[in-house]
This record gives sequence, structure tokens and C-alpha cells, in this order.
Amino acid sequence: MASIEMKNIVKQYGDGYPAVNDVSLDIADGEFMILVGPSGCGKSTLLRMIVGLEDITSGDMVIGGKRVNDLAPRERNLSMVFQNYALYPHMTVYENIAFPLRLSKTPDDEVRRRVTEASDVLELKEHLERKPANLSGGQRQRVAMGRAIVRQAEAFLFDEPLSNLDAKLRGQMRTEIARLQRRLGITTVYVTHDQTEAMTLGDRVCVLRKGSIQQVASPRELYEQPVNLFVAGFIGSPPMNFLPATLEGDRLQTPFGPVVLDERRAAAVRGRGELLLVGIRPEYFEDATLVDEAKRPLGSVFRARVDVTEWLGDSQYAYIPYEAPEAVTTQLRALSRELDSEELRTQAIVSIDATSRIREGREAEFWLDSRKVHVFDPQTGENLTRDAEAGARLTQMATEDRVEQVQDAQASGQTVSGATTGGGQGSGAHRAGAV
Amino acid sequence: MRYLFRPPGTDGAALLALPWHEPLEEWDPALLLEVPQRGISRHVVRFVAEQGRVFALKEIAEPLARHEYALLGEFEEEGLPSVSVLGICIDRPGGQDAILVTRYLEYSMSYRYLFSRPSARQSVDQLMDTLVVLLVRLHLAGIFWGDCSLSNTLFRLDAGALAAHLVDAETAERHPQLSRGQRHYDLELARERVGAELLDLQAGELLPDGVDPIDVADSLPVRYDRLWDEVTHEEVFRADEQRYRVAERLQRLNDLGFDVGEVELVTSDEGARLRVETRVSAPGQHRRELFRLTGLEVQENQARRLLNDLRTYRAYLEQRSGAPVSEAVAGARWLADVYQPVIDAIPPELAGRLAPAEVFHEVLEHRWFLSEQAGRDVGTTAAARSYVRTVLPATPEELTTPSVIANRS
Repeated sequence: MASIEMKNIVKQYGDGYPAVNDVSLDIADGEFMILVGPSGCGKSTLLRMIVGLEDITSGDMVIGGKRVNDLAPRERNLSMVFQNYALYPHMTVYENIAFPLRLSKTPDDEVRRRVTEASDVLELKEHLERKPANLSGGQRQRVAMGRAIVRQAEAFLFDEPLSNLDAKLRGQMRTEIARLQRRLGITTVYVTHDQTEAMTLGDRVCVLRKGSIQQVASPRELYEQPVNLFVAGFIGSPPMNFLPATLEGDRLQTPFGPVVLDERRAAAVRGRGELLLVGIRPEYFEDATLVDEAKRPLGSVFRARVDVTEWLGDSQYAYIPYEAPEAVTTQLRALSRELDSEELRTQAIVSIDATSRIREGREAEFWLDSRKVHVFDPQTGENLTRDAEAGARLTQMATEDRVEQVQDAQASGQTVSGATTGGGQGSGAHRAGAV
Repeated sequence: MRYLFRPPGTDGAALLALPWHEPLEEWDPALLLEVPQRGISRHVVRFVAEQGRVFALKEIAEPLARHEYALLGEFEEEGLPSVSVLGICIDRPGGQDAILVTRYLEYSMSYRYLFSRPSARQSVDQLMDTLVVLLVRLHLAGIFWGDCSLSNTLFRLDAGALAAHLVDAETAERHPQLSRGQRHYDLELARERVGAELLDLQAGELLPDGVDPIDVADSLPVRYDRLWDEVTHEEVFRADEQRYRVAERLQRLNDLGFDVGEVELVTSDEGARLRVETRVSAPGQHRRELFRLTGLEVQENQARRLLNDLRTYRAYLEQRSGAPVSEAVAGARWLADVYQPVIDAIPPELAGRLAPAEVFHEVLEHRWFLSEQAGRDVGTTAAARSYVRTVLPATPEELTTPSVIANRS
């Protein structure tokens, strides 16, 4: 396993268009990094540069301490997982996993050791001597993972592997990949356009937009302390609501009434222009009649007419239209177009308790938790109220969790040991060139 | 449900009555055709015959189906050797995957067939070279296949030689130009897949002794590099060698199965530098010529062979009548007097094992063989009779092309 360091990576095509623009990113040994963003953000191009499929215009790609810019794909010893799903009907499951090693003329006892270890991790042990015809969908995918594991690559790379699976198998595979990555502790780079996948899988998520990194952080930091409007709008489903606001003293005047800011945020916002955007996540709202008396003073209460409600059994959403000046609607429309999302109409999506009796077409009283709102500059998109320290703490916690999980897995002997001899931690230098 | 299909739309219209709303796996077997010449697929694939034509139906996710539909359409327009796509059916009820419909490549053979029976006709070397020609052609066209394998390739006989066709473009990507990394990665994937497919045949005891899967797979990159270099390298030579060197290079490319587009020759005091742009489309000059004269649609080498016979026949007609015979007249006469009688001599039970033009080619070979034995020209009629009696029956029945089977029932 190895770390992957990208230093000022640029990819410029013949027409001068920079698909990737000055990206610097360090992926730690054993880390699960997600590259996410809407189509055209450069995430796949970046992955292809790691693999060696795209030439790097400038910058350094360093894998396991070694600059690989000029190495052919196979010399980088990386594994694109799920590149080959084909199951070969006459070969046993064992041979279906082992064949990459057969092709590289690996000695039999080494093949046996690696396949056995991989099949332990993948829980395919009882199936090894069978033919693959009767494997379930999930088991088939695990055979494909087994092929990647036995190669003992420096890192696993995934390029939108789940995008063409049906919803059920997709969910299963997501769990499977996360579990496997933890058990193996192998450096993993995973490209997706799906923010849900990004949030559930990664240790850290790198959000890209038009070839540039917007923010690299743990899923929780991205969610709670986004750097800008783009990240705030991209992460979260249903998305964050953006309302026009003006600052008066320590209050934001919004279509949903005044929102009081604490001193830190008020100071950060003051003098940053007439018109602002306030970002409020759906779950920061509640049906005012259902809010605890103790909690009530921490937010503000407003009345609004509900357009539509959606009751989902365990949760409920209400859609509240609001008025916004032209400048704001234009800005929001451009944002939603960029995020490939349905057009953000000027209505807020608010989450209310499933037991709420708020009805469509009627006025109702809502409560809004003002402690968690963010305020954005509508021109630059910058999050004016971001608390960088709080954000860093969230990511630090995620990193500690990961280290602990990998250690646990290693302690319980669940990892694949690799070609490391002598019991030390695996490192790139020890790897016998697998492929 | 929605159907998208490419012209001629009549083929698509004929298929509309099929039960598209049902999962392909549950279709009534009475609607389907068994096709032995197929590779391994991870999707549900079925074959149907409609009005004497055979179609392959593959169930895949809609984005993939749309992608493959668009790419295969492009490939066909550019004359790349691929299967011809008919259309897709999307928005099927219950959130089912889309179905991609391609025209079955008639008279094609799968690698399972070709490898699992030792044949005097084709060697393993020939097969690998054919596959490499296909891969190089795709790479020249900026296509990253992503899944080059024997399963995704069908082989056709073309006047004794083999021609490879791409049958699966699900993972393919189109780029303005491929980087070295992309080409090598694609080749590495091909090496691994071919190796695995041969190991699989070996595990199923279907591979002849003496064929080593690893050696064969490892030979792919070597063959590829050699061909890529032949096709793309720039040459420098002395000015006085120019004429002969250019002609030699062009001939060499033709022999390898490539047509030449533009030739760039830059001369300086040190000599001449030659750069040749290779056409990505499969050569088709003879094919087009034969089609113009006779309306026959055959493959390139077959066309060359048939045209040679046509020209000989024209000379014979002119000699006999003592007057010039126009190309058009000669074409019509040859078709009626020479080609058709040979094809008509094939008994119904042996029809469909080889493409008609391939049969004609083999009859010409047979005629040469018989004539040499007899010490005189035995003529095409006698050769055809003998061929149909002694040679054609030895061609395996399982080769019979699906459309002929479909038309029998």
C-alpha cells in the first residue's frame, strides 16, 4: 500500500481547456478518498492521471514516494477494481480469482496463499471449488474484488463502479466496498457523482468544480462547515435552502422573518454587502407546535403558507414558497444548473416531524434553528460564517476513527498481509511487482 | 416504452410485436433462436429471427445502452469492423433495464469454436494477428475498447483469411486521440482477458494440446507493438530511394489490411521523411467495386477474388465475340452464368455453413487443385459439383449461420 500525492497537477487538452487545474491533494496510506463533483468537474480525468491513462500536462504524481508521471499504467501497480467482471464458466471460483497470478506465472504456493487470504476476507471460502454459474449477484462482484486483491496493488481505484447497478445491488455493494476497504486498509480512490455515495463511503471527500478543488474534508465537515455555496448546495439531500437576506444589527432579515446571529457570525458578515444568502438545511426547521419549550428560544418562529407536503412514514417534508429578488434567483438558477440538479425554485424544503399535522395550502407556524445557519456572499459564493476550527475538529475525529479501525482489523488478523516479510507494516518498497 | 432505431426502419418495425415489456430471461423460447457461436456475456443475451434476419438482444442499464447504441452507429458509419446496431428499447415497465438490439453478424465464428477444434484453416497465430489488427484499427480511430477480449470479438472467413469484428462496445470510449497510456492499458486488459478465456477453455478441456494460454496471451503485446509500429512509424530515407521506398511502404500497409489516406513526404538535404496516415476504416475498394458491378455484398478479400474471376470471364466473352464487352454487361453475365450456378449447386442441407462468396472462393481453390491433378482446366462447373460432394459436407454443421436455420423452419 502506498500514499498518493498530487502536486499542482494540471491537465490541459489540445484546445487549451484545463480539465484539471492546479490540483494538489495528499491521500494517506490506507485512506479512502472520494473524488466527487458534477459532470465536467475533472474527477475522472484526475483518476485517469493516477492510473496513467491520461498524460499529465504539469505537476507531479507521486505514488509510494515515487514520481510516476512517466510510468506506463502496469508499472504503477494499481488496481482498477471491477474492471473485469467476467466470470469464466469452466474455471472454479478459485481459478477465477487466481488467473491474474497464473498469467504472471506466480508460483503455486504463493497463488494458494493469496487466494486463500482474499477469499477469507471476501467470505467466498466455501465457494472456492465450485463453478461460478450459481453465484449470487453480490458474490460475483466479490470475485471481481478478489482478482483485485490478489494482485497486491499499491492502491484500489474505482471509477463510478456502482452507477449501472440496480438500486438494491448498489446498496449492497456500497456496504461491501466500505467493509472491505476497512479490513484491508488499502489506499483507495473512488470517483462518483453521487453525493450520497461520497458521504457514506469516504474518510475524506474531495469536492471538485470545473477542474479545481473546492474543499477536501470529512463528510461531516463538508456538511456542517462547507467553504462555499457550491459545496453547501452539492452536499446534502434534499439540498440546503438558500434565502435572500439583509443584515440589520445582529439580525438577518429573511422571507421567513428575522434570524438572530451570534456575535462571531454577525461580525463575520458585517460590511459584506447589502444582499446576502442565508443557507439553512431542511432539518434545521421544525413544526413550531412540536418544539420543546427549552429549545424554542434558540431559534426563531415564523408563519408561512405550505404549498405541498410529502409524508414518507418516518419523515415528512413541507415545501414553502418565498419571494426573492431577481439577482438571487438568477444566482440560484446558475448554481442548480451547475449541480445538475432540478431547477431550484424559490421554495424552501423543510423537514418536519412525521407526526406533524401541518396541511397543504394552509398557513402554519414553523421554528428555525438559527444556531446552525450559514451566510454566503452571493457574488463570490464564499461562506462568510464558516468555523474552520470546528470543521478541522470534525475531520480530525474522522481520521482518528479510521486509524483505529485499521488497527483493529490488523490486530484481529483480518487484513491481507501482502508480500511483506518479517511482519513489519506493509510499504510500497516491499511489494513484489505483482502484475 | 420507447424504441429508437436506425434506418432502415423496416427491420425495427418487424420487431415491434415482441414482448418488450417482459424480462428477456422470461421470453417464450418459441420466439427465440439458439445461436451456438457466442462468447461469455455478463448480461442476458437472446437471439430472435424476424423475416429471415437474426438479431441479438442484450439487456443492459439504459445509460450503457444509449452509449453503446451511439458508438456502434458511429463505428458503422466510419466503416470500422463492428456489429451493426439496430436500436434500443428504453422506459420498459417496472424499471427494467434497456434492451440493445444489434444485427447478428452472419457467418461469424466465436473463439470458442475456433480454438476448440484444431483446424487446418486457421492457426492460433492467425487468430491473434486478426485480433491485433482490430485493436490497432480501433486505437487509430481514437477508440479505447476497455474490454477487448475474444468473447467480444467475432471472426469471419474472408477468402480463407480471417477478419475480426467488435461485437461489444459497452465499455468503449471515444477520444480525439489515444494517449500511449490508454493504448497500453487497453492492451494490458486484452492480454489478461484473452489469457483468462484460454485458461477457461483449458479448464473445460476444449483447448488443443500444444496451445499454451499464457504464451498466447503474452504474444498479444508483442504482435500489437509490431503492427502499431509498422502502421505509424515515420521513415527517413535518401532522396534517390524515394519512389521505391514510398511504394514499398504503401504495399506493406495494404498487405497488413490497411488502406492509406494521406501521404506526407518532407524532403530536405538529409533525405526524405515519410509519414503515412492510415485509414481507420476496413479496406473496401474491391467490395464497393463488386457491389457496383453485381450488387453482391461480400467482404474485401472475397470481393478481390470474385472481381478477378469476373475480369477473366469478361476477357473470355470479348475473345469469344471478338468485340468489346462493357463492364456492366460482363458483370451481369458473370453473375448469371458463373456465380449463381455455383451457389445454386449447394444443396439445401449444406446451405449456410459458409457464406456464399466464401463457397465461391473455395470452389475456385478446388478448381485449381483439381486442374493441377488432371493436368488441364476442369472448369468451374465440374469443380463446383466435386466441391459440394467432397469438401463442403466436411464443414461442421454447427457453423450454419442462424438466418439460414431460421428460414428453414
